[in-house]
This record gives sequence, structure tokens and C-alpha cells, in this order.
Amino acid sequence: MKRRSDIALLAGIGVLGVVAPWIAPTIVTQLAFLWLMILFAVTWDVNGGQMGYNSFGNVFFFGIGVYVCALIQRNAGLPYYPALFIGTALGGLGGLVAALALGPAILGIRGHYFAIATLGLSIVAADVASAWEYIGAASGLTLPQFPGAIGDRNRFFYYLLFALAAITFLAARALYRTRLGLAMNAIRDNEDKAEAMGVHTTRTKVFAWCVSAFFLGAAGGPVGNLVGFIDPRDLAFAGATFGVWMVLMAVLGGKGTLWGPVIGATIFHVTQELFWTYLLGWQRVAMGLLIVVIVVFFPTGVVGWLSRLRHPRKRLQSTTIAESAP
Amino acid sequence: MSNLSVLIEAPILLVQLVVSGILVGAIFALVAYGMALVWGVMNIINIAQGEFVMLGGYVVFYLAGAGVPPLLGIPIAAATMFALSFALYRAVIHRIVGRDMFVSILATFGISILLQQLANQLFSADIRTLSSGLPSLSFDNGMISIAGVKVVGFVAALVVGAALFLFLRHTRIGRAIRATAQNARAARVLGIDTDRVYATTFALNGAICGAAGGLVAMTWFVQPYLGLTYTLRSFMIVVAAGLGNLPGVIVAGSALGVLEEAAGFVLGAEYQTAFIFLLLIVLLVGRNLLLWRQRKYLR
Repeated sequence: MKRRSDIALLAGIGVLGVVAPWIAPTIVTQLAFLWLMILFAVTWDVNGGQMGYNSFGNVFFFGIGVYVCALIQRNAGLPYYPALFIGTALGGLGGLVAALALGPAILGIRGHYFAIATLGLSIVAADVASAWEYIGAASGLTLPQFPGAIGDRNRFFYYLLFALAAITFLAARALYRTRLGLAMNAIRDNEDKAEAMGVHTTRTKVFAWCVSAFFLGAAGGPVGNLVGFIDPRDLAFAGATFGVWMVLMAVLGGKGTLWGPVIGATIFHVTQELFWTYLLGWQRVAMGLLIVVIVVFFPTGVVGWLSRLRHPRKRLQSTTIAESAP
Repeated sequence: MSNLSVLIEAPILLVQLVVSGILVGAIFALVAYGMALVWGVMNIINIAQGEFVMLGGYVVFYLAGAGVPPLLGIPIAAATMFALSFALYRAVIHRIVGRDMFVSILATFGISILLQQLANQLFSADIRTLSSGLPSLSFDNGMISIAGVKVVGFVAALVVGAALFLFLRHTRIGRAIRATAQNARAARVLGIDTDRVYATTFALNGAICGAAGGLVAMTWFVQPYLGLTYTLRSFMIVVAAGLGNLPGVIVAGSALGVLEEAAGFVLGAEYQTAFIFLLLIVLLVGRNLLLWRQRKYLR
């Protein structure tokens, strides 16, 4: 019964996603970014929430995807669509390779140290990207023109991002139902015990990071093209916006749950689009305040709050971040 | 990279880089000591550390604008940051003491964004410099020149460090802080008001950062976004030296100062920050790999 309602919900969201650009044609770009935010939150939660490895630098993989796709489009000499699709795929692969190469070393670090090492990683990437002439340095890269009408352009990238977000969510959902998903949760709850029980911890951690990195990298290409211009600090390696939002959205919705990141990303993005412009330059101040308030007062997020409403006596166990072992 | 050959042909420049690095390293060590204090006593890594430095810098900058000499501005900056950190403790930090590491990192990260953006709104993103009015010292017929302000900064950092050391050693509240760091529960049993100790520790850290910020403003410049580099530098120094190791912090701070000066000279200024952060990752991974042989990891 539960499974059936679950599938009905997914199908409903799917239908909504397909018809949305026809219902609200004026906000197609914003809707495309909504799917991007959902993808960000879900991929962050794969290693942050489910595995307890709170990365502050996952935007690194997104940036790699943005640049790989842009370079393929600039240098490969292919027509527009093949270049875009090959670039998107290679962007995902680029993220995956980066995670595979860095994973074994960086994922060996735990707790605070991991969080800060990944924060450093994304800043190094932003600095290097803004100093490296070959990829445009600080003046950025301009992407090729979309061959078609402007309305078609936004709709095209909307569907591309919608498809990517849907695949990401379904992949994460499938992953959490396998033994590997359980192994990830075991690592979050107690890594030493998990290892003693025979979980291949390093392999599992690297795999989960690769999953995140692949989808983030693949999202890079379409986003770069949708915006049309790549700025190393404001788009590709945007640690101060995308990098922080990823974490915040997942925590807002409820980290370590399947639907939490989706809910968090939706609430966050809608709020941002509706109210943010009224703040007149104080948006980022409000962002800092929001982070503090959410983290200090609502660490279990919307999903945790709902489940406490439904089961007032039962305490949330593994998903409670406030109580987990240091 | 062409600067590397300059360095090989004129090794005297290396002396300048080393001396200058050690002098500025003392300021880094000061900020790092504050971070180690909060980390050791409260088990919180304060990501907003660099923002406290930045705010201290602005206090000294605006005081200088009002005619207060920078060296006199430093104690005022320290006092201001003491009050601000105390208020922050009462508002937010006391709720995250003893909670999960993720909560404390993300909450202080939020505070750091808040302060940085507030500074950006209130003081604008312009780079502010402060002329110290001190001459440069030259040695060896002008081959080596050391900015006088760096020497003053170095001495001031040592003075603040020594004062802190004596405070923790000999005053009642200083001893309470050390007792709480060793075992908070036992300290409570013995009648120490740990909440007050935490508040004092956090405020003390703010004061240290405020003083360091004044030195930073005198030596280089202030700008709303300079915080994160100081946070990560301090983190790096503490990781290299270990908690509660004052001589280690000083050595690691100087080493970092020297490495940074050298990297800025050889690689060029645009790669200097990238170099610091890369060094941080290498340091963390390296230390972790060394521990991994004994099936341990960094805690």
C-alpha cells in the first residue's frame, strides 16, 4: 500500500514536471533552477546525510562538469547538439573521475577534518579556475548560441535539467534500497563497527562520492549553457551560493532522508524566488542568519519535524543528527 | 616560475622571505592559538574566526580615521570583539556547545557568512589600507628590507601571546578554563560554572582575534572577504601543532608564514591562496595517512 502511494506520488510529480513549462511559460528558467536545486540537495545528501560525510565542497564536481562541457563545446568542433550531449556526459564522467582519484585519500579523513578539507578543495578549484588562462581565467567563458528560438532554448534546458534531477532522485532512491545503501548508513552510524562487521568502508565511501560527483558533473553542462556565461566564482565553483545552499537545503528538508532534500530544495528555492528580491542586497546576510537558525533550532528539518508530529513518543533514531556519536 | 631563478641567483632574497615570513607568522599563530583555545575547551571549531579578525581590523581602521593611533586602537579592537563574541555566545554559541560536530561547524559557518556580508553591507567591499607611518628597515645595503610594521606586529603578537599564557596559568578564571578543557564534567562537580567558563573562553578568543585583526590591518589591508583564509590558516596551524601546544603553534605559524611568502614570490600572488588551501588538504591527508598505518585517524 505504501509502495503504491509512493509510486503514485512520483508519477504525479513527473506529470507536473512535464506540463509545468506549458502551464507557467514565464518562469521556465526559475523552474529549471528548481530542478537543479533538487539535484544539488539530493546529491549532497547521498554522502552528507546518508553516509555522514558532510562535504562542504561538493560544488567542486559541479564546476568540473561546467568546464568540461564548455571546453568540449569550444574545442571539439562538433555541431551544437552532439557537442552539448557529449559534453554533458563527459562532464559527469569528469566529476566521477575526480571523485575516484581524490576519494580514497580525502574520504579517509573524518568529521571536522573532512568538512574543512572539502571546503578547501572547492576554494582551491575556484582560485585555480580564476587564474588559469586556458579556461578563460577570471573573465570567464562564453558558451555557443543555442540554435533556435529563445523560448525553445529555455524549455529545452528545462527538460534536460528535469530529466537529470529525476534520474538522480530515482538513482538515489534505488541506491538506498540496496545493501550498499545500508552500508552507507552503517558508516554514518559507526564507521569502526561497520568495518569490523565486514563492510568495505573505503570502497563504499568512494562509490557514494562518485555517485554524487557524477550527477553534479552532468548537471554542470546544461546549467552553463542555460546561463550562457561561465564565471569561475559565481557559477562554476560558486562556494558562497550553490556550495552553501546544497548543505542548507538538505538540512532544511531533513538530512539523511529520501524526500527531505527534495522538500528542502523546493521550500528554499520558492522562498528565495518570491521574497529574496525584496531584501535589496541583504540577501546574503539573511542567508547567514537562516543557516544559523535552521541548524541550531531545527537540526532534523521538515521531515524530522513531521515525523515527530506523527509519532510524538518515538524518537527519531538514526536520522537525528543532534544525537549521533561525535 | 621565472621568480624561482631570481631566488636561486640571489639567495639573499631568501633571507628576506624567511624573516618576513616569521614576522607575519606570529600573527597567524596568534589567531590559531585563539582557535585552539575554543576548540580545546568547548570542542567547537569556530569557522567565524577569520571574520572576528576582519572585524577587529575594521575597528582599528575606523579608529585611525578618527585620529586614534593604530597601536592604541588594538586594545580597543580587542575590547570590542570581546563584547561582540560574548554577545554571540549568549545568543547562539551556548546552544551548540556539546552538540554534534556538524551542527557546530555549520552554525559557525552561518555566523561567518552573516558577519562577512554585514561587513560588506556596512563597510563596502573596498580594500582599506592603513598607513602605519613606520619606516622600512634595510640591511645589507638595501638588499633586504623589512617593513617596520611587521616588526611591530611581531612584537605585539608576542606580547598578547605572553599575556594570554600568563592569564591562563595564574588567574582563577584562567585555571577554571584549563580545568574545563581537561574534564568539563569533573570541573562542574568541583563547582566551576562551566557556562561562564565557555562564555569567557569564547569572548577571550574574540579579543585575541580583534587584536590580531588590528595587526592585520596595519600590516596588509582589511576587506570583508578576508576571513576564510585566516580561519583555514588557523585550522591548518592547529592541525599541524596539535591542541594545547603553544610552542608548536608558534613554530607552525612561522613555518606557514615563510611558506606563504615563498609561494607568493615564486608562484605569483594569484596562486597564493590556492597554495594555502592545497597545503591544508595535503597536510590533512598526509597526517591521516601516517595515522592510518596504526588503523587510527585524525580526531
